[in-house]
Amino acid sequence: MADAKTFRVGWALLFALGLAFPFLAGNDYHLTVMAKAYIFALATIGLNLITGYTGQFNLAHAGFMAIGAYTLGILTVDHGVPFWIAFAIAGVFTALVGWPLGLVSLRLKGHYFSIFTLCVGYILFLVIEKWEGLTHGTVGIIGIPAPSPVFGLTFDSPIRLYYLVFFFLVIGVWAMHRIVHSLLGRTFMAIRNGDELAEALGINLMRNKVLAFVLSVFYAGLAGALYAGFVRFLGPDIAGAHHTFDMTMYMLVGGLGTLAGPLLGALAVPWIEQTLQFLQDYRFIVFGPLLILLVIFLPHGVVGTWLGWAARRRARSAAAFAPAPAGRTDRAATPTTPATGGRHA
Amino acid sequence: MDLFLQQVLNGLTLGGIYSLVALGLTLVYGILHVPNFAHGAFYMAGAFAAWWLMSKVGLHYWLAMLGSALFVAVIATVSERLVFHPLRKASGLHPMIAAIGLLLFLEAGAQALFGADFHRMETPYTGILEVGGVTAPVQRLMIVAAAFGLMVVLHLFLHRTVMGSTIIAMAQNRDGASLVGIDANRVAMLTFAISGVLAGVAATLYAPINLVYPAMGNLVITKAFVIIILGGMGSVPGAIVGGLIIGFAESFGAFYISTDYKDIIAFVLLVVILSLRPQGLFTRGMR
Repeated sequence: MADAKTFRVGWALLFALGLAFPFLAGNDYHLTVMAKAYIFALATIGLNLITGYTGQFNLAHAGFMAIGAYTLGILTVDHGVPFWIAFAIAGVFTALVGWPLGLVSLRLKGHYFSIFTLCVGYILFLVIEKWEGLTHGTVGIIGIPAPSPVFGLTFDSPIRLYYLVFFFLVIGVWAMHRIVHSLLGRTFMAIRNGDELAEALGINLMRNKVLAFVLSVFYAGLAGALYAGFVRFLGPDIAGAHHTFDMTMYMLVGGLGTLAGPLLGALAVPWIEQTLQFLQDYRFIVFGPLLILLVIFLPHGVVGTWLGWAARRRARSAAAFAPAPAGRTDRAATPTTPATGGRHA
Repeated sequence: MDLFLQQVLNGLTLGGIYSLVALGLTLVYGILHVPNFAHGAFYMAGAFAAWWLMSKVGLHYWLAMLGSALFVAVIATVSERLVFHPLRKASGLHPMIAAIGLLLFLEAGAQALFGADFHRMETPYTGILEVGGVTAPVQRLMIVAAAFGLMVVLHLFLHRTVMGSTIIAMAQNRDGASLVGIDANRVAMLTFAISGVLAGVAATLYAPINLVYPAMGNLVITKAFVIIILGGMGSVPGAIVGGLIIGFAESFGAFYISTDYKDIIAFVLLVVILSLRPQGLFTRGMR
C-alpha cells in the first residue's frame, strides 16, 4: 500500500519538524504560538473522536477543557497540590464529568444532542463565572505554578515548555492512532454510520458511546490542564463557546474523521490567524464565511478530500492494470470519502 | 402578593420575547430540519438595526422596528440562499457548522461596525402604570401586548392564508408538498423571512429594557433552543408554551432563588427534562 507508506513518511516528517521547530523559530513568541496550537490540537483530536468518529456534534468541548484547566488551577493555587498530581486529577476528573454526558448521548440523537451540549457548555461557563468561592469568578485564577521538574528536568524556559507540550501531543496522537486503528475505532465508526445497525451486529452501544465520550473529554481535560500550566492564568473565557467553534473549524479544515486532518488544521489555522492578526477581534469576518465555504465546497476537509482522491486513483489504477472481478473493483472504489467509507489516516 | 404579580408580569415579558425568537427558530426547523445557530445573530442584527435607525437616523420607534424587521428578513433570506440552500442535501453536521460560520460572521460584523461596547436604546414609552399595587413600566406592557398580538397574526397567517398553508404543508410532508406543486425554494425563503421578521421585532421590543451589544443574541438563542426542545422541535404552539414556561421559570427563579443563577435555570430545566424525556415534552412535529 503506497498510502500507508506515504502516511508513515508524513508522520515522520511532522515529528521531525516539531522537534526542529525551536531552531527554526526566530523567537520565543513563535514558540509560544506553536505550543498553544499544540495544546488546542490535543483537545481537537479528542473532539474529533466524538464528532468525527462517532458522529455526534459536541458543542461543549471548551467547557471540558475549562474543567481540566480549573481543576489544575484550583488544586495547585488554593490547595497546594503538587503540579503533576493535580494534572493527573484534572484529566481523570474531566473524564468523570464526561461520563454522564456519554450516558445522555445514548438517549439524545443528532440535533438534540448538539443543542444539549450547547447548553451544557453555557452552564459550565456560567458556573465558572458565578461560583466565585470556587473559581474566583471573573477575576480568574492567578499564579498557577509552572510544571514542576521531572527527573531533574525543569520547565522554566519557553523552549523546555515547548518540548513538554510537544511530548504530550506526540503521546496523544500516538494513543489516538492506536485507538482509531483498533477494533474500538472500527466500533466507533460503525456507530457513526448507523447505531441501530451497529447494535444489531452485537456492538454494545452503551459501553462504546460512553467510552468514546470519556476518552474524548479526557483529552480535553488534559489539554486544559496543560493550558493552565502553560499560560499560568485562567479566566472564565477558556470555557467560551468560541473556543469550541475554533476547534470545530480546525477539524473541518483538515477533515472530520481522519487523524491527520484535525491535527494539521489545529496547527495550520493559528498561523493563518497570525497573518490575519491585524483583524484582531474581527478575524471571524473572514473565518465565518471561510467555514461556510469549506462546508459547502470541501466538506471532507483537506486531508479527507486528498484521501478520497487517492482512494479513487488507486481504484482506477487497480482496474487498469489488474482487471479484477467487478465485485472487487467496486469494493475498492466505494470508500471514496472518509466520512462514509471508514478509511482514515 | 404584589411581588408575586410583579413576577408574573416579568415572566410574561420574558416569555413573550423568548416565544417570538423561538417561533422563528421552530418554523425554520420545521421546514429545513436544521437547528439555525445563527438565529441569535439575526436577533442581535435586529437590535443593532433598530438602535441605529433610532439614534443615528432619528426614526420613530415603530418605524425603526419596521426597518429592523425588514432588514433582518433580508439577512435571513440571503442566508437561506447562500448558506442553507447549497447544503440542503448535506449530512446533519454540515448545516450546523455552516450556521455557526454565519453566526461568527454576523457577530464579528456587528463588532467591526459598532464596536464591542454596550449601547443603550431609548424608548419613547418611559411611563410607569400603577395597577392594583403593581408597578408596570409601559414598555413591558407593550412587549407583552405586541408579542402576543404578533403571535395571533402569525397564527392567522399560517392557518388562514394560502401562503401560510404551504409552509405548514411543507413542514408536515416535504415530498407530498412538492407533489402538489409547492415550490420548496419559495417556501424556504418565505420561512426564513418570517423568522427574520420575528427576530427583528423581538429584538426591537426587548432592547430598550436591556442593552445592545454584539454577543447579545447568544444567551437568547440558547434559551430559544431550550424552548423548542421543551415544546417540540417544529411545533408552533410548543414554542409559545415553552417560551412562557422558561419566562416564568426565570422571573420566579431570579426572585425566589438567585439573580446570579437565573440564566442557568433554563439550561438545568432542559438537562432534567431531556434526561427524563429525550424527545422533548410535547414532540409531535408541526401540526
